[in-house]
Amino acid sequence: MRVRKGRIVLFSLLVIAILATVAATSLDVARGITLGLDLQGGFEVLYQAKPLEKGQQINEQVLSDASRAVSERIDVLGVTEPQITVEEPDRIRVQLAGVDDPDRAREVLGTPAVLTFRAPDGEEVLMRGTDLSPGGARQDYDENGRPVVSVRFKDANKFADLTREYLNQPVPIYLDDNELSAPVIRNIISDGRAQISGNFTAEEAQELAELLNAGALPVELSEIQSFAVDSSLGAVSLQQSLVAGLYGIAIIFIFMIGYYRLPGLVAVITLITYGYLVLLTFNLLNVTLTLPGIAAFILGVGMAVDANIIMYERIKDEMRLGKSVTSANKSGSRRSFLTIFDANVTTILAAAVLFYFGTAGVRGFAVALIVGIVVSFLTAVALSRLLMNLLVRSGLFRKPGWYAVKEDEIGEL
Amino acid sequence: MRSVNFKFDFVGKRKLFFILSASILLLGIASLLIQGLNLGVDFVSGSRVDVSIGQEFDLEEGRAILEKLGYENPSIRKAGNENELLVFRTDENLEVEKVNEIRDQFREKFGEQVAVNEQTVDPIVGRELAKNAMISVLIASVGIILYVTIRFEYRFAMTAVLALFHDALFVIGIFSIFQWEVDLVFVAAVLTIVGYSVNDTIVVFDRIRENIEIEQPKRWEDLKEAVNRSLQQTLVRSINTGLTVIFAAAALFAFGGESIRYFSLALLLGLFAGIYSSVFVASQVWITWKWKSMEREKLKAKAVTE
Repeated sequence: MRVRKGRIVLFSLLVIAILATVAATSLDVARGITLGLDLQGGFEVLYQAKPLEKGQQINEQVLSDASRAVSERIDVLGVTEPQITVEEPDRIRVQLAGVDDPDRAREVLGTPAVLTFRAPDGEEVLMRGTDLSPGGARQDYDENGRPVVSVRFKDANKFADLTREYLNQPVPIYLDDNELSAPVIRNIISDGRAQISGNFTAEEAQELAELLNAGALPVELSEIQSFAVDSSLGAVSLQQSLVAGLYGIAIIFIFMIGYYRLPGLVAVITLITYGYLVLLTFNLLNVTLTLPGIAAFILGVGMAVDANIIMYERIKDEMRLGKSVTSANKSGSRRSFLTIFDANVTTILAAAVLFYFGTAGVRGFAVALIVGIVVSFLTAVALSRLLMNLLVRSGLFRKPGWYAVKEDEIGEL
Repeated sequence: MRSVNFKFDFVGKRKLFFILSASILLLGIASLLIQGLNLGVDFVSGSRVDVSIGQEFDLEEGRAILEKLGYENPSIRKAGNENELLVFRTDENLEVEKVNEIRDQFREKFGEQVAVNEQTVDPIVGRELAKNAMISVLIASVGIILYVTIRFEYRFAMTAVLALFHDALFVIGIFSIFQWEVDLVFVAAVLTIVGYSVNDTIVVFDRIRENIEIEQPKRWEDLKEAVNRSLQQTLVRSINTGLTVIFAAAALFAFGGESIRYFSLALLLGLFAGIYSSVFVASQVWITWKWKSMEREKLKAKAVTE
């Protein structure tokens, strides 16, 4: 077979392109990944929603309103990108990454949301959120088409008294200690219905309505689990895991090249691509990287190495049977494909089940695992085959020694 | 050919492997029944406070601080790569103020670099998670059995799942024997092991199936020879793959820091178990089972011809 320089050039270009992309963008990609609390420090708390009054149902709507109220509170803290998840049937998980002051966070989050209608002085509490009918606030438009919030009270008479007393005066509405709105009472309202007007946009009015509903809910949030990591500790964890990862990967690289020679080099390139693509996917899917996520990542490295090893061992087997490098490569990669496929499908199956049935922690792990397997399958099978084909067909590497096969191992055909 | 030069009668020694596996598993089960697992705060109520001192320190000084704060005979230990961590476990759910108190006292004694990692858990949540993980593994096993039955045969499927439980139980048993602390991250490690175990077993089975399809063994010697050869052929791959993953896990264990120490330890044990079980347990159970059913079929065939 003659030497085809084109293939080697193509191979080199491909490798250079991959390495250049990785080198140029991997730092940005890595920075864009959301780190879990265990890796960057922060505060996580799991609340259980309990009814304040007997007979109060805790349903999906109630929980979503309550989480809305919680999110409003977090805004007070100035935390960026808090994660608030409703976990059926009655829990709300709040994750505040990178919070330096978990105590304050806890304090602000821990007290139940109190919605109050106050006297004009802003001190005396006239009515509470619990006086609103459940779900009694909604976004509406007034006769001039301006967005307003209409509210309905449980006890129409009580509200009528209030409007009589404070006619033509403002009655500010507070959520905890923040004034939301200070509507002025214009007439006595006897049917328990009112409109809160202000210079709202439709969205703001909608938001206020949701807040009112949230505040109106007699939900008590009790802390059932908490987790706080000082940010310096989280940073240490992350740094240690990264250093450990680098050592581990370096050993794998040395081992692969040392044992498999040319194919080992291909494996190293596919592994670099694997690592890069997984990080990129984490970034794009907004996967939060936690310690278990790192575990899944490592398992993915294992799978990717495994797929490469299965293929190379098969190719070596074929060469030992006396086949030429080209045909050994061809039949070896073909025969190893189904094996790799079956092995990956079973693991994905397991990961998918974990995702479907798992709770928060297990789910993150499952997502990371699925991403890892899919990416490792693509890189270790598709990319590895492509690169191997280019190398083999270039005709430059015809000696079995390049593939770590000794001449005396080769049987007669 | 090297693969021919290297011969090891795996099948012939299978009883030995069964005894070895069974005794380790029984030991683990016995330990689980007698002393159970050393459950972290994820599963039993209470708080755990990790105080990072930042330097080597005297444990007694830490004890003195905690005792001064009113914790009688506190359960504390040293941890971390440089023994720079003090881990304090208590049965009571510590309030924020109390944790702050601890931090402040330690800062006073050891300096401002002292940082605290605090965890308080309602055990119900952790137990739920572990229960869900267990249910998930069971359902996943059913899925794996179905898939492998369709692609291979049910004997392969059942033994692959058997190996999966072998590996998980092995790690859980060892953790019980040595009373290493079990937390939520440990659950993730066991799940990782389950994933790896199946993957590894399938690769070995795939080769057995291929060789058996080519040779159609009828006698015990032929079947044994086919399985032995399959194992020899895949052994280099099993070892190499195992090694590479073990490199990664070992690096995590050595350099990964305190919070994932037991996690990487569990991974390491699980990887060993995974490699061991696919070669020495799953394949051996399979061949025993396969041969039994082959004999039964022969008897049937004989009965029909007579």
